[in-house]
Amino acid sequence: MSKFKKFAKNNIGFFFCLPWLIGFLVFKLYPFCSSLFYSFTDYNLFKGMTQFTLKNYINVFANDTERTALLVTFKYAFMTVPLKLVFALFIAYILNFKIKGVNFFRTAYYIPSILGGSVAIAVLWKALFKDDGVIHTLFALFGASSPSFLSDPGWALFIICLLRVWQFGSAMVIFLAALKGVPNDLYEAASIDGAGKWKQFFSITVPLITPVIFYNLVTQLVQAFQEFNGPFIITQGGPLNSTTLMSLLIYNNAFKIYDMGKASAQAWVLFVILMIFTLIAFWSQKHWVYYQDEGR
Amino acid sequence: MTTAVKTISDSQKKIRNRRIRSTVIRYVVLILVGIIMIYPLIWMIGATFKTNSEIFTSLNPFPSNPTLQGYIDAMANYGGKINIWLAMLNTYKFVIPEVIFTLISCTLTAYGFSRFEFKGRNIMFTLMLAMLFLPQVVLNVPQYMMYQKWGWVGSELYLPLWVPSMFATESYFVFMLVQFLRNIPRDLDEAAKIDGCNAMQILIKIIVPMLMPAIVSCALFKFMWSSNNFMGPLLYVNKPAYYPATIFVKLSMDSDAGFNWNRILAISLISILPNITVFFLAQNQFVDGISAGGVKG
Repeated sequence: MSKFKKFAKNNIGFFFCLPWLIGFLVFKLYPFCSSLFYSFTDYNLFKGMTQFTLKNYINVFANDTERTALLVTFKYAFMTVPLKLVFALFIAYILNFKIKGVNFFRTAYYIPSILGGSVAIAVLWKALFKDDGVIHTLFALFGASSPSFLSDPGWALFIICLLRVWQFGSAMVIFLAALKGVPNDLYEAASIDGAGKWKQFFSITVPLITPVIFYNLVTQLVQAFQEFNGPFIITQGGPLNSTTLMSLLIYNNAFKIYDMGKASAQAWVLFVILMIFTLIAFWSQKHWVYYQDEGR
Repeated sequence: MTTAVKTISDSQKKIRNRRIRSTVIRYVVLILVGIIMIYPLIWMIGATFKTNSEIFTSLNPFPSNPTLQGYIDAMANYGGKINIWLAMLNTYKFVIPEVIFTLISCTLTAYGFSRFEFKGRNIMFTLMLAMLFLPQVVLNVPQYMMYQKWGWVGSELYLPLWVPSMFATESYFVFMLVQFLRNIPRDLDEAAKIDGCNAMQILIKIIVPMLMPAIVSCALFKFMWSSNNFMGPLLYVNKPAYYPATIFVKLSMDSDAGFNWNRILAISLISILPNITVFFLAQNQFVDGISAGGVKG
């Protein structure tokens, strides 16, 4: 038997994973590394590269525009993720009681997450919150005047957040499946011991579904740090850069002024920050995430 | 004696009352939240049939003077080269290959990872999982430059949008399929192997049929995500005649600059009608797919 045939026989699985490996090397690893290289250059899409420089990285922390974008990204992520998770868990918890028409409610709550990523829904959001939009009419119904949500720097980011919070359905569905897995006798035992519903929620439900809370937390965090469609379509980063997230800044630098070096450095800073948060989450797991089937 | 009985029934009554009250509160919350979730969508459907002067004057989703003007205007050509139907057709020119290639490549990869031992398996599997956390935003710039070198930017075949899907680049689906594969007993593989099936035959005859529900879930999610893809076409499609629906919707919003909302909303609604239809036809698969991917992780 030739060497290759022998290898092939013992490693059939490798050939099934080969497409993935090629894809990983070509579409992930190579771009990833080349992006790191470009981030230390002044590479311009049309003028090419003239020198190596640390300027891109220095600017991320020295320039106001970049600092603001970082701050806005943090604000966005730390408003959206907790709001979304708390809401998703709360609704899932209620739905987990014997509710008539549970499927109907589940569908109603889930639709926005399925459609929400589309441009069409961003357009709808603009119609809802623009200065003379639907919410304005709602305020007027109560005789109040609404803030100008999309042209007030104090409001615009929050409205962009709401678009994502409104899409809490997929996190909710995951929570709901986890809640169904919490054994009923635990609740019964607790209520015999005189624990109220709130006490039961925090001392039985939450600890038992921490793995799922963790999963949702990490996936939502990764998503939030990359948000692009909402601010790009609804506010174009304005007013006064109050919704210019890092992803928008990177897009503008790369595809409007073609400063690929600068854009790469900004992307790397964003990536490293996201990595740090993800690692903190993973590291903190052992303090609060409870895996039932540990050691299996 | 009678007083004792009375106190018991009193406290029982109290418990019952409390139970009824909390049930009522639960339904009220659920219905209120339900309205917040659904009202915008209902309003949107109604608004497409309203006149532009009526759209923002009342909260009633039902139009007082129904008109089809929004839809008539929605059919208009943009720059003589593209309209909503052509744009939607363009969307599916890359969405359908993307879905098919994703399913094939991800199933192969998941099968390889979950059923075989081979050199480098563990490191490859770890890298695959790590890709779940690699944000696309880091890859956009270098990928764009790579595709530009290859002449793929502005490709009339949408190459940058679907070719990567031939190589299982969506870790999420590989991960989801691996989770499902864990629950398919290996005895069946073994039996088929004894009967003389090779690895590929086992995959096609045994694994794929049992994995079908998961594959369907992947297909549905991939369909939704690809047809909603905005960033990809924004970067890689640059001729109006080739714009997909997402870009077309954005363009029509910008070109109308704040009037003619019935037209913009009609275009938006048309563009997501296929997605709404698919969701209602297959909502249980969506729910099953997302729960399995998440919970067993």
